[in-house]
Amino acid sequence: MFELLGISSQALFGQLLIGLINGSFYALLSLGLAVIFGMLNIINFSHGAQYMLGAFTAYFLLLYAGLGYWWAIIIAPIVVGITGIIVERLFLQWLYKLDHLYGLLLTFGLALIFEGTFRNFFGSSGLPYSVPPTLQGGQNLGFMFLPNYRAWVVAFSLAVCLTTWFVIERTKLGSYLRAATENPTLVRAFGINVPRMITLTYGFGVALAALAGVMAAPIYNVSPQMGANLIIVVFAVVVIGGMGSIMGAIVTGFGLGIIEGLTKVFFPEASNTVIFIIMAIVLLIRPAGLFGRSA
Amino acid sequence: MKRLFSLTALAVVFGCGCAQAQYSDGSIKIGVMNDMSGTYSDLSGQGSVIAARMAVEDFGAAAKGMKVEIVGADHQNKPDVGSNVVRTWIDVDKVDVIVDVPTSSVALAVNEIVRDKNKVFLVSGAAASDLTGPKCTPNTIHWTYDTWALANGTGKAIVKTGGDTWFFLTADYAFGHALERDTAAVVEKNGGKVLGKVRHPFPGTDFSSFLLQAQASKAKIIGLANAGADTINSIKQASEFGITQGGQNLAALLAFITDVHALGLQTAQGLIMTEAWYWDLNDANREFAKKFAPQDRGVHPTMVHAGVYSAVTHYLKAVEALKSDADGKAVVAKMKEMPTDDKLFGKGVVRADGRKIHPMYLFEVKKPAESKAPWDYYKLRATIPADEAFRPLADGGCPLVKS
Amino acid sequence: MQRIAEAGKETAVREHSEAIAFVAMVCVLIIAPFFAYPVFLMKALCFALFACAFNLLIGYVGLLSFGHALFFGWASYITAHAAKVWGFPPELAILSGTAAAAGLGAIVGALAIRRQGIYFAMITLALAQMMYFFAVQAPFTHGEDGIQAVPRGKLFGLIDLANQTNMYVTVLVIFLGCFLLIYRIINSPFGEVLKAIRENEARAISLGYRTERFKLVAFVLSATFAGVAGATKALVFQLASLTDVDWPMSGEVILMTLVGGLGTLFGPVAGAFFMVTLENYLTTIGQWVFVVQGLIFVVCVLLFRRGIVGELAQLLRVKL
Repeated sequence: MFELLGISSQALFGQLLIGLINGSFYALLSLGLAVIFGMLNIINFSHGAQYMLGAFTAYFLLLYAGLGYWWAIIIAPIVVGITGIIVERLFLQWLYKLDHLYGLLLTFGLALIFEGTFRNFFGSSGLPYSVPPTLQGGQNLGFMFLPNYRAWVVAFSLAVCLTTWFVIERTKLGSYLRAATENPTLVRAFGINVPRMITLTYGFGVALAALAGVMAAPIYNVSPQMGANLIIVVFAVVVIGGMGSIMGAIVTGFGLGIIEGLTKVFFPEASNTVIFIIMAIVLLIRPAGLFGRSA
Repeated sequence: MKRLFSLTALAVVFGCGCAQAQYSDGSIKIGVMNDMSGTYSDLSGQGSVIAARMAVEDFGAAAKGMKVEIVGADHQNKPDVGSNVVRTWIDVDKVDVIVDVPTSSVALAVNEIVRDKNKVFLVSGAAASDLTGPKCTPNTIHWTYDTWALANGTGKAIVKTGGDTWFFLTADYAFGHALERDTAAVVEKNGGKVLGKVRHPFPGTDFSSFLLQAQASKAKIIGLANAGADTINSIKQASEFGITQGGQNLAALLAFITDVHALGLQTAQGLIMTEAWYWDLNDANREFAKKFAPQDRGVHPTMVHAGVYSAVTHYLKAVEALKSDADGKAVVAKMKEMPTDDKLFGKGVVRADGRKIHPMYLFEVKKPAESKAPWDYYKLRATIPADEAFRPLADGGCPLVKS
Repeated sequence: MQRIAEAGKETAVREHSEAIAFVAMVCVLIIAPFFAYPVFLMKALCFALFACAFNLLIGYVGLLSFGHALFFGWASYITAHAAKVWGFPPELAILSGTAAAAGLGAIVGALAIRRQGIYFAMITLALAQMMYFFAVQAPFTHGEDGIQAVPRGKLFGLIDLANQTNMYVTVLVIFLGCFLLIYRIINSPFGEVLKAIRENEARAISLGYRTERFKLVAFVLSATFAGVAGATKALVFQLASLTDVDWPMSGEVILMTLVGGLGTLFGPVAGAFFMVTLENYLTTIGQWVFVVQGLIFVVCVLLFRRGIVGELAQLLRVKL
């Protein structure tokens, strides 16, 4: 095959595929954040902690209830989504009238509480969670060996992302949501229960985070810290994509995963920082983000 | 937030006060500082405090009229937290000797403080060979292992048994670089070849793209120059991508039996590593493990725990001989003068540069079928005799060594 | 007549409440080292200055920076490097660290000021994180090890800072000096414009003020003072490490200011002392410390937004 800058095309395709897989996680997480921000104008700093809660719920389901991965994919997002709803009702709803920064600080505090509590009980080392039997093994694609589970991750994330986008941008329910974001009073006047929509939207965003957590459990370490550093990267992704844009979050998530993958090949030491560098550049050229509308 | 230390003060007081010897404040206070909640908590953590306590008991401090107290603290793997703890311990709590301290960055910081305040520092957990090199002090003894011994043990022994082409997966920070550099030097000196290397960001989560590069290199051995969670994740993901099944062997340059326990034998089988001590090597070790494990939630003692036991034992002997613990330099000088002898490491010696000398062992992780009981994980591949296991005295660059 | 005279006396106390509080603070800080561990006090003072610097931005301009650790930590690194490798005397080392923080403040400010509110916070967070990773890799920071064994040196060639008392007095003088400078900035025509921008930026623009410039200057000032705090801290602990540039440090200073009282003069000081003391005494409960801090965040945001000093000021109906 051909050589590009000293890397064979085989290796290149392999790395691109890996990048796509990582991008799926970025996309799923930034999707949740974008949905919550679009609706509530709150940066959900506890998104990383909720991602971690999803992974832990999957772990507990397996350990104590004997329920495997396929159950966890359905149950964990619902369970964590419900905790999200509780959070919204108990804490967040009092902050809508205030400066949006208080919402940020509150969710930051919640993240500390979640992560601190789990760290206390489970330490910082990881807990084991194995790949479900149906998805074990892999395919030899010629240029690399692709584990089945990772292929599933890409396919499923894409499906979830596109479905969410479709619901929000192309259905009646989605149009209510978007209208309520722009002018809640007017929408309420039409008889639509706006507070309930807000609560459910937050719950949905949190459920997306938890879903990402369940999917991460078999391949990344299930540890209390797993969301903490990931969340900053996801923030950068959302800023690049445009804070309220759903499609922006999806495209940027996958795109950045691929760019990060390429950086790992050509310049691995920079792979942690490349996303932030891109963010700085994008902000200089398009302050609203790639797909954002200027606020 | 993460800037502070949790002082789990386990003050264990032994013996009565009638002393012919004058100990500072009337007692010998031992401070065991390590990672009590993070990635190194299993290989050191509370277990080191337990090991220190067992050492004091076996020494018979009570019967000899020596009052010994043990305190423990968590440095959270941060040099600033560790320095604060040690400073407060020495200034305010009158601690006489600091023991354990895994995580080289913390150990190096503590090394300076202990020298400035003339106390004693017995390193069991940390790896940096600089502690007996350019950074050596008359107050520090480096006990259990160091990067040079690991590089030498794993690197040399693997090359000699046929693993002569290497690819390195290195954590991109000072420790990872040092480990990679030392091991590469040993590999090449013994006739092996380094086919390539890749640096992953520290800490990392996803090593798939780096592992792919390692796989593509077709090197027989993939050297993991990283530690803790990074090592565990690299091994897990290597298994996922079929690397070990494909015939390449992973060499963990810094791994402990607790890592193997976390991975499980299915994933970790075939892994090659160097350790200074293994609980199942002989009867004395097994007996120690039998007493230790129930106190530490079933976790079997690691070489770090054994090192703490050995170091504390020797320290108490020296303090008893000197009848004083006040002058750190004097105690350490005594520890270097007296040959060591304890039930875990046997006979040994502490060199002028502060390096404790004992044999090192090359282990291979058993296959699941080969293991008869929990924690029965290793088979011995080679023993490196004590006089070859550590860096030669003259090569270290330690100012204490008169050339 | 009497009641008017009494009312006059009352207002006099009220008017000078800040001065009275300042004198009280200085007195307490002078006698404190006789009762408490000096290193602990110096730590609290450095963080108090850091919090005051942060408060300048959030309390008086209304901008929440989530990346202030950048300035604190990098000043710390530059000072440590200057003192250890270049052999600078302490006063020059601190100046170098401060200058570095000011420079970084200008660059980050120029990028971040373009947006407001949440966007601004996110941008500062992401830029700070980028500089964190840079710190991990840059050779001079020694990554995980940090810059250790930083010599304290002799201040102006005369005063040996290895002596704890000398060091304490130096830190105290630096803190008080910067505190007074911040006071002067807030209570100046420049400060009034900043407050106007916080209240209603559109109106300030309509009055003809170039708000972007004012915000940028305020940002750089805030970064500079944070740099002084970081630089001093490097000499106190003789160590500069990754903890100082990591994002939890940014969160910590926000918490201190929030607990103490946003937009009050003494709030950040009270908040810093409170948190440092709390952390010291909570050490026995291990990792629960993060949970406690999280709880404080949640409680403060929901119920206690004015913070300690803010509530006190409200109660006494004075300005603090």
